Amino acid sequence: MAKKETTKTKVLWAIATIVVVVYALFPVASILMTSFKTPSDLTNGKFLPTTFSTVNYEQILVGDAQGLFLSSLRNSIGIALIATVIAVVLATLCAYAIARLDFPGKKLILTTALAVSIFPVISIVTPLFNVWRTIGLYDTWLGLIIPYLSLTLPISIWTLAAFFRQIPWELEQAAQVDGATHWQAFRKAIVPLAAPGVFTTAIIAFFIAWNDFVYGISLTSTEAARPVPAALAFFTGASQFESPTGAISAAAIIVTIPVVVLVLLFQRQIVSGLTQGAVKG
Amino acid sequence: MSKVVSARQRAETRLGWLLAGPAFIIMLLVTLYPILQAVWDSLFSFRLTAPDDRELVWLKNYGVIFSDAIFWRDLGVTLLITVVTVAVELVLGFALALVMHKALKSVRGLVRTAILIPYGIITVVSAFSWYYMFDIKSGFINSWFDWIPGIGADTNWFANAGTSLFVIMASEIWKTTPFISLLLLAGLAQVPDELTEAAEVDGATWWERMKRVILPNMKAAIMVALLFRALDAFRIFDNVFIMTNGAYGTEVLSLLAYRTSIGRLEIGLGSAVSVILFICVLLITFVAVKLFKVDLAGSRGVK
Repeated sequence: MAKKETTKTKVLWAIATIVVVVYALFPVASILMTSFKTPSDLTNGKFLPTTFSTVNYEQILVGDAQGLFLSSLRNSIGIALIATVIAVVLATLCAYAIARLDFPGKKLILTTALAVSIFPVISIVTPLFNVWRTIGLYDTWLGLIIPYLSLTLPISIWTLAAFFRQIPWELEQAAQVDGATHWQAFRKAIVPLAAPGVFTTAIIAFFIAWNDFVYGISLTSTEAARPVPAALAFFTGASQFESPTGAISAAAIIVTIPVVVLVLLFQRQIVSGLTQGAVKG
Repeated sequence: MSKVVSARQRAETRLGWLLAGPAFIIMLLVTLYPILQAVWDSLFSFRLTAPDDRELVWLKNYGVIFSDAIFWRDLGVTLLITVVTVAVELVLGFALALVMHKALKSVRGLVRTAILIPYGIITVVSAFSWYYMFDIKSGFINSWFDWIPGIGADTNWFANAGTSLFVIMASEIWKTTPFISLLLLAGLAQVPDELTEAAEVDGATWWERMKRVILPNMKAAIMVALLFRALDAFRIFDNVFIMTNGAYGTEVLSLLAYRTSIGRLEIGLGSAVSVILFICVLLITFVAVKLFKVDLAGSRGVK
């Protein structure tokens, strides 16, 4: 009886799992299938292409749309990486101070980070658009890296502060008692414990910068700095008469690959990072 | 003795600010400064196309906005999207969290990995994906669901507000439910097992256990998840821009701000919309914190 019950439960859970996985992946599968359709197939009203074709990928990687797509890909990677590195370095110092030292203003810094994270991006973008045009940062990498810090810094500070609070800092003193120097103690006892948190934060910050759209479409105008999401939105296709559906789908799949790889490799860390930064009871 | 202590305290304060200061200053520079600039700009009649006609008009821009029906319609659409998506996401996210919480060990990793994919995907990509699914030319939804009355090969989902908003909200829900369910999962994990087990021994049904034990114990997590999602939904932009660009009465406040300032270069008027949007976000936060007693700082780890 009891055994039958567990088999039944197992089947139910298996079904629930399948439902969740389909729910999570279906739109991705849909755009993946679209990316393999030939232009004549795009309007077949079916989920699957009749023949799998790589013509869309050729168009954006080596064909007519190459310049547009590859330059935006380069911009996105460069800008998101630099914004992530700056945010994580500054946030690490800041979170270390918050977790480890006692000084007036700690709460002010955390509250500011929280306030910055609820700022509507569009409220910041109008004045930046105006100022950037005046001082020449419009349509440059730096012109996006600086505003991206408003997206990546607050969450990095919160997530890292939550991580760092859990580190047993006494280890450092113990190591010093055992004869290690300040720096040795820090490097041997603290850095290995802190590194996973810093790394997780970097992935989350990168996702956020990679996802930006409002800054991307507002503060750039050419291939010099336009990141992928903005390029996708303004993509017009190979010719006036051809709908860019296939090319956009192929480009969408290419920019989704890094996300999927990071998620597959680091799902455990990402989950703990997201929940620690957000809800810590 | 006390002098030594205070000297050490001073050194610690200095080191603290030395380490935390740069991040703090950058946050102020990239947000506080622009928002103050927006407040200032909003007091001017100022078009980039006619920079010499810049004129101080005080609150006239706000008067123009508040007396414009488009603003109220956009506010309504924004609120509708916020309320509907957050409500659906709360239910759906809770169900997902329960599945992840109770899922068999062998599939737990798979479920968590799958659910993180929508979180990581670019919103623009998600928007295109949903758009192409429903699009009258490239979509397959019409041919899949033509057995439902009202859906046929010629159903144009993006030709009116109702159906467009349906797809916009569906894509928003798909994209952001994972985030809410991860927060709720963290909340679920904090409910002490002994409590649920004791209730079960006492003969409480599943629903009673949920209502009396589990939900009250994760109130903080639910409130934080609600507030963060509500703020996010209120700032919705990408999906709407890609799918309808605000056509057929689907415009939201962010899009109005964008269209006014960067589209039409009306910096004064656009800044005023930006400031109003910012004040709305502040109001939502304030109401949530006061009314629902969300301890934002506490639940985010400030002791």
